[in-house]
Amino acid sequence: MDMAPKTLETSRSEILSTVDGQPLKKALARTERTKRFKAILLVAPLLTFITVTFLYPICLMLFRSVENPLVAENMPQTLEVLQKWDGKSLPSELAFAAAAKDLAAARKSKMIGRLATRLNFETSGLRSVITGTARKVKKMEAPFKEAMIQARSQWGDVATWSTIKRLGPTIIDVNYLAAVDRGYNVKGEIELRDEDRRIYVSLFGRTLLMSLIVTVASLFLGFPIAYLLASLPLKYSNLLMILVLLPFWTSLLVRTTSWIVLLQTQGVLNDVMVWLGLFEDEQRVQLIFNAQGTVIAMTQILLPFMVLPLYSVMKTIHPSYMRAAESLGAHRYTAYWRIYVPNTLPGIGAGSLLVFILAIGYYITPALVGGQDGQMISNLIAFHMQKSLNWGLAAALGGILLGGVVILYWLYNSLVGVERLKLG
Amino acid sequence: MKLLKTNKFAIASALAAVAFGVSSASGADQLTVVSWGGAYTKSQVEAYHKPYTKQFGTKILSENYSGGLAEIKAQVEAKSVKWDLVDLEMSDAIRGCDEGLLETVDISILPKGDNGVAAKDDFIDGAITDCAIANIVWSTIYAYDKSKFSGKKPQTMADFFDTKKFPGKRGMRKTPKANLEFALTADGVPARDVYKLLATKEGVNRAFKKLDTIKSSVIWWEAGAQPPQLLADGEVAMTTAYNGRIFNAIAVEKKPFEIVWDGQVFDMDLWAIPKGAKNKAEAMKFLAFSTDTKRLAGQAAWISYGPARKSSIPLIGKHAEAGIEMGPHMPTAANNFKNVVQNDFEFWADRQDELNERFNAWLAK
Amino acid sequence: MSNISLPKHAGLVEKCWHYAFVLICSVVFLFLIAPILVIIPLSFNAEPYFTFNESMLAFDSNAYSTRWYEDFWSTEIWRQSIVNSFIIAFWSTLMAVTLGTLAALGLSRSEMPCKGLVMGLLISPMIVPLVITAAGIFFFYASVGDFIPLTGTYLGVIIAHTVLGTPFVVITVTATLSGFDNSLTRAGAMCGADPTRVFFKVVLPLILPGVISGALFAFVTSFDEVVVVLFIASVEQQTIPRQMWAGIREQISPTILAVATILVCISILLLTTVELLRRRAERLRGMLPG
Repeated sequence: MDMAPKTLETSRSEILSTVDGQPLKKALARTERTKRFKAILLVAPLLTFITVTFLYPICLMLFRSVENPLVAENMPQTLEVLQKWDGKSLPSELAFAAAAKDLAAARKSKMIGRLATRLNFETSGLRSVITGTARKVKKMEAPFKEAMIQARSQWGDVATWSTIKRLGPTIIDVNYLAAVDRGYNVKGEIELRDEDRRIYVSLFGRTLLMSLIVTVASLFLGFPIAYLLASLPLKYSNLLMILVLLPFWTSLLVRTTSWIVLLQTQGVLNDVMVWLGLFEDEQRVQLIFNAQGTVIAMTQILLPFMVLPLYSVMKTIHPSYMRAAESLGAHRYTAYWRIYVPNTLPGIGAGSLLVFILAIGYYITPALVGGQDGQMISNLIAFHMQKSLNWGLAAALGGILLGGVVILYWLYNSLVGVERLKLG
Repeated sequence: MKLLKTNKFAIASALAAVAFGVSSASGADQLTVVSWGGAYTKSQVEAYHKPYTKQFGTKILSENYSGGLAEIKAQVEAKSVKWDLVDLEMSDAIRGCDEGLLETVDISILPKGDNGVAAKDDFIDGAITDCAIANIVWSTIYAYDKSKFSGKKPQTMADFFDTKKFPGKRGMRKTPKANLEFALTADGVPARDVYKLLATKEGVNRAFKKLDTIKSSVIWWEAGAQPPQLLADGEVAMTTAYNGRIFNAIAVEKKPFEIVWDGQVFDMDLWAIPKGAKNKAEAMKFLAFSTDTKRLAGQAAWISYGPARKSSIPLIGKHAEAGIEMGPHMPTAANNFKNVVQNDFEFWADRQDELNERFNAWLAK
Repeated sequence: MSNISLPKHAGLVEKCWHYAFVLICSVVFLFLIAPILVIIPLSFNAEPYFTFNESMLAFDSNAYSTRWYEDFWSTEIWRQSIVNSFIIAFWSTLMAVTLGTLAALGLSRSEMPCKGLVMGLLISPMIVPLVITAAGIFFFYASVGDFIPLTGTYLGVIIAHTVLGTPFVVITVTATLSGFDNSLTRAGAMCGADPTRVFFKVVLPLILPGVISGALFAFVTSFDEVVVVLFIASVEQQTIPRQMWAGIREQISPTILAVATILVCISILLLTTVELLRRRAERLRGMLPG
């Protein structure tokens, strides 16, 4: 923007000036600067607010997925000795003595429980090994190797020591590995987990699949009604538009409740079926608390986000395009498929991306109506945040999900532009 | 009119609280007591909260949760502890104590039993821990709707897993805890070997294999109030449940339910105080008050959970509303206590992360 | 325009297509609206069931009652959660509108640098999955707990809801400003009004529809929000959705249907307001006849 006046002025020999004698270029640049400053000043409060209360917290969360201070802080001597350990045979007496000292200190500082929990996330069973040994460690005497192995036989396993060593660094990648069903083995190589403990990769897959189904279903349901709304005269379309907007404004929990009432085995839909004689009272079908129920409820909840962008794009397609095509000899349906539909592509893109982005992060609906096979990745994040308290793993799962959403959002922003988000 | 006024007052005080950035309820004249909701919380309100408020004038705010340490950990880490007293499961009490999330309880504050026996001898084994004091013994059992089975009635744990003999949906808690024990018991493992077996990979595999046999007909529940509801609505034919909830449905709501005690997994619930609780002293006072002989026996008049003090047992009488003799409905009654598994809290504290993961993976399959 | 209506000379195939299309549209509209409407009569069910019985279908007045509404109103915790919901929604809306409107004014100036990026950042709370936002805010509140208690306080919930509400205000106000004629502010300034006066006398009345609909969106966002509340609030900040969440997870009592019906009525009210505002704005811009 600045470039144009500059080149103009340098090409002229005489300098234009304002009334009070200042060079015009300078004065213009100054007003430009003040204007820009004013604009920034207006945006600044919200930008600061969002940075502090939203962007920074998300960075904090991402940091949680890699930070690991507990072992380094509470077992410093052990870790130092283990640095020279080959990782193949049991470490020397030196390591056992250091561990005994560290555990005694950790028990004194009341950090032992947290340390034990952290190690237990990585290798199941280590919690009681750590807390149990710590309780006895005060009375232990050299040689510590025998004493500790006698207290808990796990001290005689190489795996116990390699777990401690592996969790030594303050920045670690085990949470991300766990989030893709992988972990280190005793030799320190990354490998897939036991088959019966693999869950996250398939869950990410299912989350994507369910979101995709919801998106496609919304497109198929949304396209005809957006078309209807765009073609009807305003006074009718405004009325019908309310049917789209009312769900949009209605509480998510209300809509989820309604679906439970409608679809549960003793619910309205089953009652109607039985009443119509379609099946017997004993043959009532389970329509909710499973993946299908989740997809149905989510489709209804997200449908307005598809209809609104489609509608606003269809509104701009002038009917004369169609008429032109028809007058050139195209059949009405050919014209529709070759002219109208391609013109709605921006709307299809905008709606589909938006629905998909919102769907992959869904939590409430799957949690309430998902049953066992309708859970999505957000539900597992909440589980690790609130139930298992494995915050590192929750943060890693969140980090991966966030990465996906950010890419899609960037795509949306460059293809559609956030400022064109439609809210009714 | 009065209603309107109190609401206005509530709004005004809340607005003031917001304006000054402080919370409105932090006075020492009230306690926030957190428990499991439903009939269970009601029994505590009747047996503990009301007498306490009457005697000391302290208002008691009752909040519900569905177990776990998450909220406590969150509050302690955020240094904003809202809860004063929490009703915890044993394994959570142990883990919470280990992790420094709970205040230690000095057992000298506990009163002697009514028969003069010192508290540490009066409480049953394991009821007193460093950070938590048990109030009840409860168990996870399974129950069925009598009206759903006209012929033979389910009697053993194996019957719960037998959908051929006893068709219908099953309700189970959405956690591996107790379910794995049930599965092994149903598979013929004697009670004393259940945890020995679960500590091995083969044992866990065996339990999941048994669960596989009914997986397709299970409806999973999470809150303790759900199973009686599932039975009442006819959504399931049988469900695992906490024994007190089913008793309540039978005695108070007159539902045609029947409890099967075979293979019950029994456990204790304990009072604990989160570290840094605002009203710690008052909470300690309440803890000591609510676990005395009379109060524990009093709770047993509202729900069929056994008191944690031996001296309370002779005082157990009839249900306060339904007038049913409570003794035979306790998990510890001789008739019910034939084939039981005591929940091994050390086992669960150790293995819950791994088993939860495996359970989630199994569920999602 | 109305190529929807059937031409007089339509053939059989076209007729079939037409009726199929109308049928499909009706089914989709039914799919959208039926779940919301079905709970309204059920909330007046005299029995504690979630389905229509014969006497209800026969419009027997004994089958209907307002007992669940009475139950709702006489339960302390529900009343408290209504009060809480309104307090939290009110303050977070106020903050969201103030911050959002200012930012939108800045963003719609042509001099604003890095507009796309800033806009993208400001809208992102709407896009980022709620569980992630809630987890982040949870860790943030825990880390500042030493200086200012935010976990389990009204202030904490209000701040979090403000974050979630601002994108709506930014979007709606920016949209109104896109058709805004800047010469009006200059005219105001030339008439001798200072910038504050210009804002309140000239700019605000013109962008008011956008501000109000943004405010309503922010209000509804807060009023409907449950994930953040689950992560950071305590029982004192129990809101309606939080209470509904607990109720649905345990057992759906008909009281929840009564609450749901009340919420639907509130949504209808808000929607009507927004629609009226939108039409007024369109009329002012000459987009609508009349």
